Amino acid sequence: MIKFLLKGLLRDKSRSRLPVLVVTIGVTLTVLMHAYITGFMGDIIEINARFSYGHLKVMTRGYADNMRQSPNDLALLNVSSLIDDLKEQYPGTEWSPRIQFAGLVDIPDENGETRSQGPAAAMGLELLAQGSAEIKRMNFVKSLVRGQMPSKQNEVLLSDEFSRKLGVNPGDRITFISSTMNGSMSITNFVLAGTVSMGHEALDKGTLIADIQDARNALDMEDSAGEILGFLKGGFYIDEVARSEAEKFNSASSVNTDGFTPVMKTLSEQGTMGTYVNMTKLWSFYISLVFIIAMSLVLWNAGLLGGLRRYGEFGIRLAMGEEKGHIYSTLIYESIMIGLAGSLIGTFFGLLFAWLIQKYGIDISGLMRGSSMMLPTVIRARISPVDFYLGFIPGLASTVIGTMLSGIGIYKRQTAKLFKELEA
Amino acid sequence: MKKIITIFISAYSLLSASAQNADEILSRVEKNMSSDNRIFESSMIIHGIRNDRTITSKTYSVGDKRSFTEYLSPAREQGTKMLKLENQLWIYSPSTDRTIQISGHMLRQSVMGSDLSYEDMMDDRKISEVYSAEIAGSEIVDGRSTWILSLTAKVNNVAYYSRKMWIDKERFVPLQEELYARSGQLLKRTTLSDVRLVESRWFPMKIKYKDLLKQGGGTEFIITSVKFNQSIPDYIFTKAALKQ
Repeated sequence: MIKFLLKGLLRDKSRSRLPVLVVTIGVTLTVLMHAYITGFMGDIIEINARFSYGHLKVMTRGYADNMRQSPNDLALLNVSSLIDDLKEQYPGTEWSPRIQFAGLVDIPDENGETRSQGPAAAMGLELLAQGSAEIKRMNFVKSLVRGQMPSKQNEVLLSDEFSRKLGVNPGDRITFISSTMNGSMSITNFVLAGTVSMGHEALDKGTLIADIQDARNALDMEDSAGEILGFLKGGFYIDEVARSEAEKFNSASSVNTDGFTPVMKTLSEQGTMGTYVNMTKLWSFYISLVFIIAMSLVLWNAGLLGGLRRYGEFGIRLAMGEEKGHIYSTLIYESIMIGLAGSLIGTFFGLLFAWLIQKYGIDISGLMRGSSMMLPTVIRARISPVDFYLGFIPGLASTVIGTMLSGIGIYKRQTAKLFKELEA
Repeated sequence: MKKIITIFISAYSLLSASAQNADEILSRVEKNMSSDNRIFESSMIIHGIRNDRTITSKTYSVGDKRSFTEYLSPAREQGTKMLKLENQLWIYSPSTDRTIQISGHMLRQSVMGSDLSYEDMMDDRKISEVYSAEIAGSEIVDGRSTWILSLTAKVNNVAYYSRKMWIDKERFVPLQEELYARSGQLLKRTTLSDVRLVESRWFPMKIKYKDLLKQGGGTEFIITSVKFNQSIPDYIFTKAALKQ
């Protein structure tokens, strides 16, 4: 019977082409919208993870209590052995030491006197270490505006806007004035290798990026780091996984309560990120739900209309002696076929468009000018497993339910009145 | 009525006498603590939250306007020099061969991680020029009888709005000091000890500073040698001397 129905659908374009097209468009939009929302929300989390929070962060208890001030006097010591331990205990996570610090960038004139000066937020991270994922993670190569990436010790990057304000060019000598982890004044000379534009107003205002070893030398922090950032292997933050890793680490160190004991915090336990992670989950759910409901109503309606349009046909079939139950069941089977076909094609196109946006992104940097929040300037979709079946809710279920409702009318038809109806 | 007037006049004269005494006490303290010039070597032991560090230095100063300090150890600080001329301060870092002027908020930073700020170092003015003093009582400190002087700033450009000083009644040397913000919050506590007779003046050779807003065990400033009224060549107090 299925073969027979399929033949009917293929031959009668009015019963297949338009309904399948409507379902396809609806499902495509549903899948694309869900992937887009997931991507946009996730992007904000990932950008904050890459720049400051990591998916996980190991620091001393004292440092964690005052994290916003980056108190390097409470930094982690013997970091190499701690990272080795972390790599062994959590092989699925990448670990990168970082030092956040602040100071003044001072540009000397030909006599060594201050020509220009400006406050900078600085970051020491593995720029020169072999096999380090930090350059790719921070997207430095693509962010490079002038000059080149640091290739040897004592070379640094400055945010481009900041470098222009200071009137300094790649190859120039700059002096960085800061405090060592012991609180002494630290004055260090660097060579400006290149300038970067990270597309975030907050970072582009005044950032200095140095290799972690240079930061350690400047701040008297040999084999130390303010924080060790952990990134889950999939590249995306998964709260449940991060929480379980942090619990495992903290239960081992909970015996020692002094301020220098290393503790592990998940991204959602840092700053306001917890609220944001929860908000993201809720928003993604609600936005997707509203869209699915809207699309379901449209497709339900399409199913209803499809059933009603064939009112005359059902009358003839009833007049010819076909059972009401048979007509109803063939109608449902047909709608399942249309729903399935539309959902499959729609999911394919939805995933295709979502993949294109995931790969190439949508540049919204023009809208981000003046923003002091760390928001992405290129919006990317993110395809998740849900996207492979989500479209079937409006595509298949709504179409079938719509058809089922419209098909109830078949049972209300009376054989005695059929010819009268047909004459009319 | 006569009685009231008599009491009022007596109280007024007592207060005036006390103010005069406080000024006299301050003047005698300044005679001990200030000099036309001096050269001293010191060890600064900083009791940090994780470790103790000792920094040695040699300082030349003339009056309250000019001073020059060269750090002698440890290796990381060796050769670092500081020059103060009037209300300007420069620091020279040998590793970068740069001379940087310390100004603005940087003056509030700690000197070498100690409990002393650059602002504390800069303010060498005579106490009597900056504060008005009153005797607030007397107390025994470390077995020595002391006056408690309460000082309130009479100028605006001062790091601490009020101070409390415990002055040795016999030697006229401060033995203890508390520094307060305008809000009344206690910011720093200083303890002076090892008072010795140096060139006919009593002088504390050990000072312990504790910044109460900072973690750690405070900073001990130990003067290992001090010479007053020496002839110090003028070129020492020039920016050129920083690079030598």
